[in-house]
Amino acid sequence: MVENSEDNSGFDVVNRSLQRVDGKALVNGKPVFAGDFDYPDGLVAGLLESPKAHAEITDIDTSEAEKVEGVVSVIHHGNVPRVPHTTAGQGYPEPSPYDAYVFDKKVRFVGDRVAAVAGETREAVEKGLEKINVEYRELEPILDPEESAGSETTIHDEEDSTGIYDPERNIAANVDIEVGDPEAALGSSDVVVSEKIRTQFAQHAPIEPHVSTAYMDENDRLVVRTSTQVPFHVRRILSQILDIPIGRIRVVKPRVGGAFGVKQELLLEDLVSVFALRTGRPVTMQYSREEEFISSRNRHPMEVEVKLGATNEGKLEAITMEALSNTGAYGAHSLTVLSNVGSKTLPLYNEAPDVHFLGNAVYTNLPVPGAYRGYGAPQGYFSLERAMDTLAEAVGKDPIEIRKLNHIREGETSPIFEKLGEGKEGTVQYINSCELDRCMDIGAEAIDWDNRGGKEPKDENRAKGFGLAVNMQGSGIPLVDLAGARLKLNEDGSFNLYVGATDIGTGSDTVLSQMAAENLGVELDDIIVYSSDTDFTPFDSGAYASSTTYVSGNAVRKASDKIKEKIIDAFAERYEEDPEEVSLENGQIIGRDTKKELAEFALALTSGEMEANQQQIEASASEVPEESPPPFAAHFVELEVDKRTGEIELQKYVSAVDCGTAINPNLAEGQMEGAIVNGIGYALTEEMEFTGDGRMTNPSFFDYKIPNTEDIPDIEVILVESSEPTGPMGAKSVGEIGINGAIPAISNAVRDAVGIQLKNPPFTPEKVWEKLKD
Amino acid sequence: MNLEATINGEELTLEIEPGEVLLDVLRRNGFKSVKEGCKTGDCGACMVLVDGSAMTSCTLFAAQVQGANIKTVEGLDDELAGSLRENFLDKGAVQCGFCIPGVLVSAYSLLSSNPDPTEEEIKAALDGNLCRCTGYVKQIEAIKETAEELGDS
Repeated sequence: MVENSEDNSGFDVVNRSLQRVDGKALVNGKPVFAGDFDYPDGLVAGLLESPKAHAEITDIDTSEAEKVEGVVSVIHHGNVPRVPHTTAGQGYPEPSPYDAYVFDKKVRFVGDRVAAVAGETREAVEKGLEKINVEYRELEPILDPEESAGSETTIHDEEDSTGIYDPERNIAANVDIEVGDPEAALGSSDVVVSEKIRTQFAQHAPIEPHVSTAYMDENDRLVVRTSTQVPFHVRRILSQILDIPIGRIRVVKPRVGGAFGVKQELLLEDLVSVFALRTGRPVTMQYSREEEFISSRNRHPMEVEVKLGATNEGKLEAITMEALSNTGAYGAHSLTVLSNVGSKTLPLYNEAPDVHFLGNAVYTNLPVPGAYRGYGAPQGYFSLERAMDTLAEAVGKDPIEIRKLNHIREGETSPIFEKLGEGKEGTVQYINSCELDRCMDIGAEAIDWDNRGGKEPKDENRAKGFGLAVNMQGSGIPLVDLAGARLKLNEDGSFNLYVGATDIGTGSDTVLSQMAAENLGVELDDIIVYSSDTDFTPFDSGAYASSTTYVSGNAVRKASDKIKEKIIDAFAERYEEDPEEVSLENGQIIGRDTKKELAEFALALTSGEMEANQQQIEASASEVPEESPPPFAAHFVELEVDKRTGEIELQKYVSAVDCGTAINPNLAEGQMEGAIVNGIGYALTEEMEFTGDGRMTNPSFFDYKIPNTEDIPDIEVILVESSEPTGPMGAKSVGEIGINGAIPAISNAVRDAVGIQLKNPPFTPEKVWEKLKD
Repeated sequence: MNLEATINGEELTLEIEPGEVLLDVLRRNGFKSVKEGCKTGDCGACMVLVDGSAMTSCTLFAAQVQGANIKTVEGLDDELAGSLRENFLDKGAVQCGFCIPGVLVSAYSLLSSNPDPTEEEIKAALDGNLCRCTGYVKQIEAIKETAEELGDS
């Protein structure tokens, strides 16, 4: 459902729910994913993972493995160069520490890399892996993040890692920013409330696991076809690790079967590349589901404590937030996720003049967190949005009212934007568009918020509750992200659109094509989009940080402006028209005296008719965003708690979101719906569980429960459109914000229902029942 | 050993290894719509129709389906399949598309035997197909729409 606050009726192609451009291939099951390609003479590869949480490899003997029939190559720390790097696919120079190696002689979690085998068949590889003999000297593992910084054990004691904040104390990253004097402000506030929450290890669980193939092309260049969000970062990191020039590497991103952040990481590409370079043969590697859980990436578990100081009327005077992030065995995304816990949450309540954010990300001997949709914001919002409800209760205000009193508005700013960016200082930013009040009002109406007190549960054993959480996110990373787009006019008036932007299932190919078509006055079918191939498409940072619609979209807007100008200039010259009077509309090029079908003129441009004036018209553009306009959302839930069993039945979930112009409303709603359901799983069922020695006990879809059709409530997404002046056609972003609401809104609703305080998701019946008992 | 089966309408004889699951045999022989998401029968990405019933091909030995009539998404070409595809695209029920072949197989199987399902029946029929992108909302809508469309015709 779309609630237009702006007059978007002037659009022809954008702001319409057109079918996705890659859709036909997908519903027909065409072979479009990285694992769907067959390679003659291809090998497969597999990984030997550490059975120890923390150990030194004292000996590795691969001789028996190499004798296995069908085994072609075995690699490990003894025969692969040691290059410190980060697996995080971030803009260079990366804000993550260089603490990872293709292989190391130390293993730091159960599931860490020990060796890899390439062979003719999966069976040969499996047999080869079994025959590798490894001797370990066990080291004391650190499994509790609270003990990490004070421990005598050092997880990263190697000398060549760089960028670790305090290796001896196992602190990967630290953030400490202060505005004003929050301690004094808290001391003098009428009301002070605090909330401390703890979140769990959770996994992205894309249905397509990581899969990569590498081969040498006919000119002996390395080609990697991989399921990634960041082809250009993968190419650069491969160049760094393999010590071969970027120009000798080509990274191809086919369709990607879901990512959510876990594919913003170099996880298999280095291994298949090493094998391809050594064997000269194509090598394919795919994580099993178990490996996807244990050895890929997950979400940083955190403890977050927030304190709010306010007047008796509920006006915020100070906010302090302190976060302890568990970054597992490696520091990929440790600093930036930590920064975002504060930077994506604190500016929302800019009414508070005094603010402190302190965060530490510590190493443990557990699987490695990374980028995951929301990127720190879900953890921050859980504490903040619980505290806002606690404050509302303390000052006797409605949860909506307390938020309306304090949230940021159009024309306003927050000092946090400048103080805290992604792992460094941020940039000054004023809010140009914010429909959060309307999101709350419209959402409240949809869930019948005002009448919530009178609603009866299904029976007397159950209690009904309503909860709210609001939030913002960003749209890309200002002055860090870069997106390129290129357009080429074909002889029939169609255009090739080349973008480095990485469609990972989000529909960005469609959305970017809609923008180009809109600007060029043609139909969506006239745009032939291609993403992404480092040989053919311009650079793009990749699909992360809610950047594509806004950042890559602006690149497409600029490139389409440029090519339009070139077409118009060529037309004006040929037909002696004034360029100012020529326009492109409905597939036609129209001057004062001459009107042509664009197809006709496009053909003429490459025909003898134009004689020496023939030309290939194309244009490219780059976009570096100067700001990151936040989308805003209000999430409402209605639920019932069974007081006998502790079970939470989620009945209705309403989310009203201001994402600017929805370029494709169906796809924007889909982003929200998917994120909401992912958030519901995070709130109610999903948790990676571990034994006392660090082994994950539930690495399967049978034991790690992600929501299926039976688990979803009645979900209503309402697009409350605004028009962002800096965005392409008024757009902001919508990819991540939907995941921030479920945990706090459900926790608040359970408090409303039965008065218990749920602070440790997932909110399983056991936990609820235990609390009810007390 | 060989598997003799009708796959997407064609009688085929395929070489198989003992212990090999149907998923691997199908993919090796070019039926790439059948996806490997878990290999434990939990995600449904590898669902195919075996004699009309939707089954996870990762939990079936190839040798178990001797003589069976197997259909993958590539082989679904009637009005029902066409309508499902169109409605999935119209409703925005496809995001990354990796789970979609399995979801379409389940939806096709449901509507073949129950042309007018309730929402509960749709949810029950799809409960073995995990999708991490869409939140299922639009998939359920697309199936409802297909049922209505074909019910009217």
